[in-house]
Amino acid sequence: MANPDRDESLAEIAHDLRGLVVETLCHAQAGHPGGSLSAAEILTALFFSVMRIDPRRPDWVERDRFILSKGHAAPVYYAALARRGYFPEEMLQTYDELDSLLQGHPDMRCPGVDMSSGSLGQGLSVGLGMALGLRLKAIDARVFVVLGDGELQEGQVWEAAMAAPKFGLDNLVAIVDDNRVQLMGDTAAVMPIEPVAEKWRAFNWHVLEVDGHDPAAIVEACAAAAREKGRPTAIVARTVKGKGVSFMENTHKWHCALVTGDVMEKALTELCVREVR
Amino acid sequence: MVEMVALRDAYGHALVDLGEQDERVVAVDADLASSSKMSLFAEAFPERFFQMGIAEQNMTGVAAGLAAVGFVPFTNSFACFATLRATDQIRTSIAQPRLPVIIGGAYSGLLAGKTGKTHQAIEDIAVMRALPNMTVVAPGDGVEARKAVFAVADYGAPVYLRMTRDPSPVVFEESYDFRIGRAALVREGTDVTVITTGVMVGRAVAAADLLAVEGVSLHLLHVHTVKPLDVAAVVAAAEKTGLVVTAEEHNVIGGLGGAVAEALGEHRPTPMKRVGVADVWSESAANDDLLQKYGLTAGHIVQAARSLMEQRAAPTQP
Repeated sequence: MANPDRDESLAEIAHDLRGLVVETLCHAQAGHPGGSLSAAEILTALFFSVMRIDPRRPDWVERDRFILSKGHAAPVYYAALARRGYFPEEMLQTYDELDSLLQGHPDMRCPGVDMSSGSLGQGLSVGLGMALGLRLKAIDARVFVVLGDGELQEGQVWEAAMAAPKFGLDNLVAIVDDNRVQLMGDTAAVMPIEPVAEKWRAFNWHVLEVDGHDPAAIVEACAAAAREKGRPTAIVARTVKGKGVSFMENTHKWHCALVTGDVMEKALTELCVREVR
Repeated sequence: MVEMVALRDAYGHALVDLGEQDERVVAVDADLASSSKMSLFAEAFPERFFQMGIAEQNMTGVAAGLAAVGFVPFTNSFACFATLRATDQIRTSIAQPRLPVIIGGAYSGLLAGKTGKTHQAIEDIAVMRALPNMTVVAPGDGVEARKAVFAVADYGAPVYLRMTRDPSPVVFEESYDFRIGRAALVREGTDVTVITTGVMVGRAVAAADLLAVEGVSLHLLHVHTVKPLDVAAVVAAAEKTGLVVTAEEHNVIGGLGGAVAEALGEHRPTPMKRVGVADVWSESAANDDLLQKYGLTAGHIVQAARSLMEQRAAPTQP
């Protein structure tokens, strides 16, 4: 598997993605910090280790597919795509601008975006369709869908959760970025969805629970998913909303709050990833 | 004796023939394939038929995923559920990324087998027509239904395909050249233009026959593709007589009547009457009773045409 970053630790890449996220959000004066930062290791593990992809051939038919069902985490998705070489990092500065490929929520016109998303609850169904289609074509690619835990409140997720095991889709992996916080507050208060892992088990999925900020653990869980035959895998990744920036952690206040210049400076100082530009 | 064919029968057989020709064609169902006759495809190609259960939102998303990896999926439910239960899935996962999914709507209009307002669809055209990238096709008879199945599969973009349950008169010849977006001139006439979509074309032909006895000549244009509307054909048909009746088994708001009024309002303002459901919920009853009560018979088209002609004869009267 070609990986230009094989000499760099996944943890370092995730850290770097956080810096890019904060800069992107500040430059755009829009976007969702909390749920982007919580997913940094998940996307790092997928795009820099797990997935069979080739940034030079974003439409390669045999590639693994990725769907960011929690589409509001687009900034960390774009950071990962840029860092992986799908487009130049400078393009991140066009996020949310007129005519940009980097829309507020992911759009398939953007290289590396396999499915448009944004309206919550829809990605797993689409991933299920992709997994069915790839199997029908005898392509051994896998489909990874990242969902938020708040997103699990959408009924369609459970329609898809019911259907995927029926079809024995072992080429489908759902990863829940379980950061326990949503726009209005703690998920437990807004609408409790725990026990998350037990719900997926009850729907006949192969379920793994991991520390969502441990890239190696996510990589290993994805490998275990590949070994599991005859049913899909759900990886419940325990994460911290706003991870890496102390004042953004574990609070709904940074679900979609504005990252001002001051905030960016403080955040980047904490992250210590690069000079403030 | 007019030959009668149910669109759903034509649809089911056409899907099988399409499936034999085109391996990209797959089908997803929300537990209604035997009603729509998609079941014929399921029997012929079990490996390309995916039963998703009573879960239209998931079914619609699955179709988007299948399309994203190169298939041409047909979804299946009653028209009301296919378009309304899963509207946001159609919008976000199909229409916005412009994926070539065919949204199959069975049992459209009022004739939903005595099931009543919950299972009738009188707002589906309006809702689907408002979605950018969405094409709306409502075949008028079995011949068109068959031709439409092949045409939409090659269209390369999202299509809402509106079907009906019960037998309808066959209007078109097998040799008829059906093209998405091109309206069909069914009859040349001089007094009043009638523009139809879906199975109202058969009732409009009957209306034309009734009026011909009185010496009134209807100019009959059939708009199987409500979107994109064949504006040139609609304008030309309006110019032919200067009076336009639209006829659809759908609410008078937002469907064919709305589309024609929009086009004529901009290009060729023309006195109009819209035959359709008068913005009310219907009920469960026998087909003929429903069509009579909710104003969808040949007689209602006749009345609308006469009324326009009377207005023209005495333009100062209200």
